[in-house]
Amino acid sequence: MLNNLFNRLRGGIHPPDQKQMSAEQPITLMPFADRLILPLSQHIGTPAHPVVKVGDKVLGGQLLAEPDGHFSLPVHAPTSGVVIAFEDHRVPHPSNLTAPCLILAVDGDHLTLEQEGFDNFEQVSKQELLNKIRGCGIAGMGGAGFPTDAKLKPRSNKAIETLIINGMECEPYITADDRLMREHADDVVTGARILAYLLDYPKRCVIAVEDNKPEAVAMLRLAAAGSQVEVAEFPTKYPSGSEKQLIQLVTGKKLPTGKLPSDIGVMVQNITTTVGVYRAIIQGKPMGARVTTVTGKAIARPGNYKVLMGTPVAHLLKETGYDESKSSRLILGGPMMGFTITDAQVPIIKTSNCVLAPSLEEFPDPPVPQACIRCGKCAQVCPMQLLPQQLYWYARSRDQEKLQRYHLFDCIECGSCAYACTSNIPLVHYFRAAKGDIRTRQQQQQAAASAKLRHEKRVARKEALQAERDAKRKPRPKPDQAMDKNTEPGKIIASTTETIES
Amino acid sequence: MTLINISSPHVASDGDAGSMMRLVLLATLPGLLMLTYWFGWGSLINIIWAVLLALVFETLSLLLRGRPVGFYLKDYSAVLTGVLLGLALPPLAPWWVTLVGVGFAIIIAKHFFGGLGHNPFNPAMVGYVVLLISFPVEMTSWVAPRDLVDGQPALLSFSESFFQIFPVLTQPLVDGYTMATALDLFKQHQGDLIHQSVGVRAAFGYFGAAGWEWVNLGYLVGGLFLLYRRVFTWHAPLGMLGALLLLSLIFHGLLNIDSIGSPLFHWFSGATMLGAFFIITDPVTSATSLKGRLLYGIAIGSLIFVIRSWGNYPDAVAFSVLLMNFAAPFLDYYTQPRSFGQAAIYARKEKD
Ligand code: SF4
Ligand code: SF4
Repeated sequence: MLNNLFNRLRGGIHPPDQKQMSAEQPITLMPFADRLILPLSQHIGTPAHPVVKVGDKVLGGQLLAEPDGHFSLPVHAPTSGVVIAFEDHRVPHPSNLTAPCLILAVDGDHLTLEQEGFDNFEQVSKQELLNKIRGCGIAGMGGAGFPTDAKLKPRSNKAIETLIINGMECEPYITADDRLMREHADDVVTGARILAYLLDYPKRCVIAVEDNKPEAVAMLRLAAAGSQVEVAEFPTKYPSGSEKQLIQLVTGKKLPTGKLPSDIGVMVQNITTTVGVYRAIIQGKPMGARVTTVTGKAIARPGNYKVLMGTPVAHLLKETGYDESKSSRLILGGPMMGFTITDAQVPIIKTSNCVLAPSLEEFPDPPVPQACIRCGKCAQVCPMQLLPQQLYWYARSRDQEKLQRYHLFDCIECGSCAYACTSNIPLVHYFRAAKGDIRTRQQQQQAAASAKLRHEKRVARKEALQAERDAKRKPRPKPDQAMDKNTEPGKIIASTTETIES
Repeated sequence: MTLINISSPHVASDGDAGSMMRLVLLATLPGLLMLTYWFGWGSLINIIWAVLLALVFETLSLLLRGRPVGFYLKDYSAVLTGVLLGLALPPLAPWWVTLVGVGFAIIIAKHFFGGLGHNPFNPAMVGYVVLLISFPVEMTSWVAPRDLVDGQPALLSFSESFFQIFPVLTQPLVDGYTMATALDLFKQHQGDLIHQSVGVRAAFGYFGAAGWEWVNLGYLVGGLFLLYRRVFTWHAPLGMLGALLLLSLIFHGLLNIDSIGSPLFHWFSGATMLGAFFIITDPVTSATSLKGRLLYGIAIGSLIFVIRSWGNYPDAVAFSVLLMNFAAPFLDYYTQPRSFGQAAIYARKEKD
């Protein structure tokens, strides 16, 4: 408790949480859609390689595509059906990207492959467990969809001292994790224990929950009794579930910019991921479905649904009584960080924790922004202690140097500043655009640099060739000179690739 | 289907710049009430006149700059500038004084710099200082507070006040209604034991300056209300009042220099509370970081004390504020908070 006092989150806001709409709805199975759209790369990394072809009949849990590379993950059939196409399809992404997808016609029989897990995971080698987690396609379900097995192999030598299971769910409206914790507390705790085992038993293994979810806390405490797993409650405040903020709340440590949590001995895993790990290890099941909150005032039956991966959002909307005429926009994710989609055919993927269909009264069209009056409200609520008013100023004047000086890239796009802004300025929008601009420029510079390198290399190669010919013609060559020219650019190339990778 | 693309966050807190300014306007009421009670109708008439002028000048400026008039009028910033200047003017200041002041405030101090949010100087204070320099007589003729001296004529009626300000049909009334304020006396009698000077005592009230103490109390009440509603943070007001308190304690209390007022006198005379809660809390022209605001307040409080005690002008809020408006960007630069996970900027720069 005392600890909590000192580790208080600075900044942050208290938006109306609106969780009551869906929090009391037990998880129910969403009827299957006719067609599932399975992106072959629903995580960072290269797309997976299909191992089935159009026309193949597949069973639930069957492997459809194999991973290609370290950050790639396999894709499994969520249920039985027939592969009907491989095509590009819109995927959930803020900029409406399309990506190669596998289209599965669902037969409705839900025949699944027999799967086997490990009864006593502590008797199994860690590598075997990691392989299983990877084989089941478990990825971080909170944000970027980073493969969980890769995350569990710490890259620095530092041992993980604190494992945090993130059950904060601080975004308004979303209750998927809340329901999972209430209804599957045992699975969460077992999942946490598996993770703890994989990380060589960190000193602390904490399931962190916001204090607006007392039922979840009670169930978890019951499930965790007698184990090493702690259940800790933290005051409700947005964005305390954000990774850096959560680490500070639990450990008191501020993650330095540019460092990974593992560098300071901490690892954070999401609730859905933890349950995914439990299912993979104990039941041997791949991620076929996830719990998604469907809510908002344009939804007649808001609640928490177990949804097959690849289910089109439109299907969820139809099944929950979505009223088009009332709806003001469609959001994937929560109201603070979620993004709008303009095509309801996008599929549910591993990271889709919420489909939000607010009414016009709920989320009216954004007001016209007024001038920034430098009131500083934005800075007072910024959990990263940035100065959004300065960033806004420099974003508008496109002063990239100042933007970086004011730590634009520390902005976690939590939206607190824009929420609090007196003049209703869409600050995050400016910050995102500015980040994009800076990245583009850096890429251009990099491209220019590598083009230059390529050119130099070509010149060097030509010269080397010429030298060789000269050498053949002349009996007394000067090989070391030619060698010098040849190796120099090569060295540079090697070192640049190194810096890019590290 | 109404599928539109909107950037997150999708929710926002209630209110906008206009509602904030309206709260500030509301909070000036206790002070205005006291002004009217102690000094007559003049301030009210001035304020209405100033607001009208402010709206006209704002509209003209916006039209000239090609901006949507209705949208910008809704931020109430022009109204607030008018009210603040009106509050600061002597109650019977002639109409053209207000006209010049508001004109300067809105056209020069605000729109020449690019409108709300871009003005480095507090418009109302710019207007005030221009007037003080240009029309010192009009600007220092304050009405005597009511019932101060036995046998003094009662305060002017509403219509008398009106025609004093707008002498259209009649000649202005003879003088005799105005007198030096406590702060003026304070200046004129420097070195004397002013509290004992005959005929001067009357200008001093129970704890501050006569009448003024109540006006200041009114602003204090309004200011605390704004603080409670979180319109601004406590940093700047506390800095300013704290600096005044500390300096007057040292010079008046500790060093026993009688020509320097007591802490209470400094707090409850002149424009102290108006400045502390309504002027230096103007977000646009003050520092924006919390530490910066504290320093900003402290600097203004100290300047006020110094000018009041040793300078040439009786009150000093306007000058001090303008001086510090100038310094605010520097304060911000050097008080940039350390962001999460970063070393302080200047510390890092030193290392570079
Ligand atoms: S979006 Fe960025 S700048 Fe705004 S409050 Fe969050 S971290 Fe701070
Ligand atoms: S909250 Fe809005 S108006 Fe206030 S300083 Fe920040 S950006 Fe400007």
